[in-house]
This record gives sequence, C-alpha cells and structure tokens, in this order.
Amino acid sequence: MNTETQKVQHELGDVAIKIHEMHKWYGSFHVLKDINLEVQSGERIVVCGPSGSGKSTMIRCINRLEEHQKGDIIVDGTELTNDLKNIEAVRREVGMVFQHFNLFPHLTVMENCTLAPIWVRKTPKTEAEAIAMQYLERVKIPEQAHKFPGQLSGGQQQRVAIARSLCMNPKIMLFDEPTSALDPEMIKEVLDVMIELAREGMTMICVTHEMGFAKTVANRVIFMDAGQIIEQNEPNEFFNNPQNERTQLFLSQILQH
Amino acid sequence: MTTQSTQKYEPGTHPDLPPPFTASGPVKWVRENLFSSPANIIMTLLAAFALYKMVPGMFSWAFTDATFLAADRNECRALSSGACWAFIVQRWELFTYGFYPEAERWRVNLTFVLLLVVIVGLLWENCPGRKWIIRFSIIFPFLAFWLIMGGFGLQRVTTDQFGGFMLTLIIGIVGISLSLPIGICLALGRQSNLPIIKYACIGFIEFIRGVPLITLLFVASTMLSYFLPPGTNFNLLLRVLIMVTLFASAYMAEVIRGGLQAIPKGQTEAADAMGLKYWASMRLIVLPQALKISIPGIVNTFIGLYKDSTLVIIIGLLDPLGIGQASLADNKWQGLSTEVYLFVAIFFFISCFAMARYSLYLERKLDTGHRN
Repeated sequence: MNTETQKVQHELGDVAIKIHEMHKWYGSFHVLKDINLEVQSGERIVVCGPSGSGKSTMIRCINRLEEHQKGDIIVDGTELTNDLKNIEAVRREVGMVFQHFNLFPHLTVMENCTLAPIWVRKTPKTEAEAIAMQYLERVKIPEQAHKFPGQLSGGQQQRVAIARSLCMNPKIMLFDEPTSALDPEMIKEVLDVMIELAREGMTMICVTHEMGFAKTVANRVIFMDAGQIIEQNEPNEFFNNPQNERTQLFLSQILQH
Repeated sequence: MTTQSTQKYEPGTHPDLPPPFTASGPVKWVRENLFSSPANIIMTLLAAFALYKMVPGMFSWAFTDATFLAADRNECRALSSGACWAFIVQRWELFTYGFYPEAERWRVNLTFVLLLVVIVGLLWENCPGRKWIIRFSIIFPFLAFWLIMGGFGLQRVTTDQFGGFMLTLIIGIVGISLSLPIGICLALGRQSNLPIIKYACIGFIEFIRGVPLITLLFVASTMLSYFLPPGTNFNLLLRVLIMVTLFASAYMAEVIRGGLQAIPKGQTEAADAMGLKYWASMRLIVLPQALKISIPGIVNTFIGLYKDSTLVIIIGLLDPLGIGQASLADNKWQGLSTEVYLFVAIFFFISCFAMARYSLYLERKLDTGHRN
C-alpha cells in the first residue's frame, strides 16, 4: 500500500499500558474475554481481526470510552476505575483518532485543534493556536486552518483529527480504523502521517486492516477473534508464518486481493 | 445554440460555459414555478384572477376609503364606506399601555427603547458597541423591572394597571428569555444518568404538556391561593408569567431533546477522549450543534408562547385582544370588530414574522456546510 520501505526502528521504554485479565460484557454478551496485553512506551501495535471480534471495544477500554467489568487496565501508571479523576488523567495523556473522524462541525479546523488545550490544559489561546498551527503543518494542511470540517475532504478531515489529538501532546495514540471510511485515494495521505508519527517514537495502538502499514511500522501485530487475543507476533512472523488456524484463514482472505 | 453544442473539444479540455438563457435567471424561475404543467398554468391564472378581484377592494377599504379621524362610529359612516380606523387612533394609547398612569408612560417608552437596543445588540453580531450592550443586557432586566414597577424614587404602578401591547411584550419577552434556559436544563435532565433528576424532569414535562395552558392559567389565578399559606399575596401577573414560562419550557425541552438526539454519539466520544468534562462538552460541543438544528422548533415554540399570551384575557388581564373586546362594548363604536381584530392581528403578525425571519437568518449564518 505505502511507499515506505525502510522499517521503523524499535526503541522501547517502560510499560505504557498494562491490561491484565480484562473482561467486558454488553448486557449478557461476553465481548472481551481475558485480555492480557502489555505495551511498552514507544511500541507500535497493530490490532486486526474480523468485524465484531472486539478490536475497537478493546482499544476504547484503554481511554474508558467503554467500561470493563473485570480485570485491570493501567495506563501510564494510572489505574482505570470509576474514579473520574483517574479517567480524566488518562484521557489527557491518551489521544484517539476515530473511524468517522468525529471533528466538531460547528468549529473551524483551528478551533477543533485548540479546544482541548484551552479547556483541559488551560493553555493560553495564542499559545494553543501556535501549537495547533505547528501540528497542522506537520499533517500538511496549514492552509485549511480557518475552514470548517464540512469543507474538507475525508483524508484532510482525518489528518485534522490526528493534529487535534496531537495538540494535547499525548503520550499514547489510539487509532480506531482510521482509514476505513476513506476513499482509496486518501488512505495514503493519512497513513503517511501515521508513519511519520511512528518514526518519532509515539506509542501507538492501531486497529486497522492496512497490512502494508502493519509491516512497515508495527513492532507487534495482534490478531483478535470472538473477543480474545488469538495470536500476537512481530509482523514478519505474523504474516509469513501464522500459527493459529483462525489467523491463517483471516490472512488468506484479506491478502487474496 | 446549435453552433455552440456542435463545437468539439479534446478530451479533458472542455471549458466551463454559461448555462443556456432558458435554464437560468427569471425566465427559468417563471417556467419552473408558474407554468411548468397545464395544471400549474391553470392554478397560476386562477390565483392571478383572485388577486385581481380581491386586492384592489381590500386596498381601498383599508386605505383610500378609510376614515382615520372621527368622533364616533356614525361620523365614520357618514364620511366614507371603508374601514373606520378612527376608533383605533382614538384608543391608541389604551391599546399600547393599558391603564398605566398617563404621566408615567415615559417609563414604558424608555424601557421599550432600551429593550430594542438590547435586542438589536444581542441578535445582530456586527452591531456597533455590541460588547457594551451585552454587558448592559445583564442589568437590563432589573432596570426594566424598576422602571415599569416603580419604587425607589419612582411612583409605584401596580400590575393590574398593565395592559395592551405592553402586557403582551412583558409576557412574551419574560417567557421567551426564561423558557429557553429552563428548557435546556429539562432536556439535559431528561437524559441524565441520575434517576431522581431524570424522572423529575420527565414527570414535569409530561404533566405540563398534558394539561391545557388555560387550565394552568386558571390554577394560577384561583387555585394557587388555596395551596399557599393564608396571607401570602402572590401577584397575578407574576403567577401568569410563571405558568406561561413553565408551559413553554416543557415544549422547549422536547424540541431541544430532539436536537440532542440528532447529535452523533461520536461527538461526545471525541470530547470525552480529549478529557473534556461533562459540562464543558455539553456547552462547547453538543449544545451549540443541538440548538442550531433545533432553531426552527425553538422559534416555533417562541411564536406559540407569544400568541398564547392572549389567553390571559380569560383570567381578566387586558392584553390587546382584551382591550379590543372591552372597547367594542362602547356604544359609540359598535360594530367595529373587523378593524379591531385586524389591528391586533397585524401587531401579532409583525412580531411573529420578524421572529420567523430572524430564525431563517440565523440558520443561514450558522451553516458550516456540514450534513449529518
């Protein structure tokens, strides 16, 4: 998919996220079963699997958009409990990019980017705008700063969404199928921004089916099915030598075309 | 036309051309809207004929044949065959101020002028000195209360002397400016996770919506004095204001709830994911969008409230309609109900039409090219 051939280097640090024996139910439906995952800071993880396998639900538990019912999630040293203080602390350090961008349509691109720094971090407005401009330049759309999201293309909107998350200077970035809602022409511009981010050493967890992206940047690929982590491995091994039957089937299906 | 359409271009080099004459401008409009089909042509001609028959007659009745100055109905009749506006001209002050003492009416006028300044300042974004007007609008309600009610150096005026357009404006503006915030709170409360708040809001909304406004006004005028401890004297106008406001708030809450439900869940999720707290995410993200899409419904409720203020006639407050009815009982001016009701109708139409136009302007202004 992408033109990047040089593998992004590993530089791992302390534990950024620790998920221990985590379970989640929707009503009586057991969506996540005994999830154990440890992510080092600087690590880049790609999560894949068939739809309904719980990939999105798992990463949404990491910033508590979904509540887990059993087990522990510790993000950047803070345990996620019902304590709102902890939840807010985690959310300040974890950025998230959504499949449908979720930009705020009534605010300009600039206002989208400065809202959280101003209201959550209490950054002065001029400073927040300078930081926002810097990130908008990094995602290569500084000239769109004063437009509304509705006036941008899908790829541009998703890049704004990435810039908006980065403005909070997060330690961890979660990507929930960031390219699934995009036209093929626009996928590359978003992936390029994400690869750039990976190069700079951002801790990333990415739910995606872009296998080219996984090969280029991931330290580890995780395969989920029916609410469980079935297999995880470094990308080469994962793609060339999948162990589990379910993984083999999945890979054969998505790599066919 | 044929020469143009036969001209060929290399693939990918076709320039932008203007549309053909018949596909743009007034010609297109007339063809599409007035003469698009045989049925449409017939309707257009019939409507034109009806207008031709009705408008000149109405115009001469209301203007050219009308009498504007006369002592009584008989003089009117003697002078011309058209409308007798002399009655309105003579009672103009009664229609405007009710029984407000004549010497104190400057206070009502002053309040009205200040009100216009505040309204223009709040509603018109490019108004000069808007910053100061917005600050002034915070003290305006207290100032207006003092000016109209008196006390502290001004002669006291009791609320039973209020009437006419002044009364309509008081009820309308108090109701409108209070029912929106209360409605927002009720709508948010109805979605609350806390059962006490949620069911209190649902109970309130459903009760108020389920009862006719007239019933509430009767309760306000008679029953409240049974419920309240003896000796508490609760001003009738105040009771009406409370009831009208609560009534409009319940409707407002449902209109806004519709708007809130139309906001995709992703908006609050994005706000949550950034670490915004509940109130910040409501105030900065959800409400601005929900209120924007609710504008037609909100203004609809405002207009309804404003016109419903005429119901106070039933409990003895004299709004313009009440003044009109009372005046018609005057022997000197019998048989002028057409003029009186038309006059009151025009007053209401102007105010309500202005609100409707402003709401359209606001919708256009807030449009950011986003479609859900």
